Amino acid sequence: MILVTTGTQLPFDRLIRAMDDIAAQIDIRVFAQTGPSRYVARHLECQAYLPPQEFEAKAKASSLIVSHAGIGTVLTAMRLGRPIILFPRENGEHRNDHQVATCNALRGRRGVHIARTEDELYDLVAKPLLVPAALVDSEAAIRTFSNNLEHSIARLFGGRS
Amino acid sequence: MMLLRDAIASYSAVYVTTAPGLTARFGLPEGYVVTDCNARRPLAVLRCTLQLAPIMLRERPQMVITTGAAPGLLGLVLGKLMGAKTIWIDSVANSERLSMSGKIAGWLADIWLTQWEHLARPRGPHFMGRLL
Repeated sequence: MILVTTGTQLPFDRLIRAMDDIAAQIDIRVFAQTGPSRYVARHLECQAYLPPQEFEAKAKASSLIVSHAGIGTVLTAMRLGRPIILFPRENGEHRNDHQVATCNALRGRRGVHIARTEDELYDLVAKPLLVPAALVDSEAAIRTFSNNLEHSIARLFGGRS
Repeated sequence: MMLLRDAIASYSAVYVTTAPGLTARFGLPEGYVVTDCNARRPLAVLRCTLQLAPIMLRERPQMVITTGAAPGLLGLVLGKLMGAKTIWIDSVANSERLSMSGKIAGWLADIWLTQWEHLARPRGPHFMGRLL
């Protein structure tokens, strides 16, 4: 099963429509958490909102997650070891371009796949084996953050470093 | 916070958590455990505060560092009242906007951090890294 999520706050018809088109062409069940999206899908099972435990159960049952660039969903995919495709809201679909910024920050991370167009989305979904995401591989980022923080703390206590 | 423990390795640290056994998983001595709470559950906030106060009075921290959320903010407030330096690290999950606790923490924290560059502002919150 493929789990599609748009988050709960804003509609994302472009993603639901794209996944509806894709679901018509593939042989995998697609479940979509649509939020307030208005597009009526014909090839997806849709639910506007899933309580957290149900979302968790769907994510566990899925073999792939397709999502707006919500970091909560990315963390879920990493925790459960599922591949995730991010399809960010662009300018006009959100208050600003921060979902694109989130994607740029996560680009190149193992198991996090990014699609900016419907065609790119189709190509990724159609791939038989996407690499799953994982919470590992963050050591370098954590070390940098930790060092910066250590220096700031030393400055806070009067220049000791 | 567990992942950033190297940053405070040269200080003697006491951990307070809402998750029993968390510190043990990272090979650290058992910390204090307090009730989890959030703004929608005022009774839990009260209970958490009453649990934190004696811990703070006993430990007399010179610095309070937290990744939130509400219990961390309460610790930050109590620490500030006792004259401790305070550090807030907003959760990496808050990529769209700072958490409510995080915004309030901005008024109190000596170091006020977001883990997302696009949320950083010249007068804070600042960005110095991300756990991802």
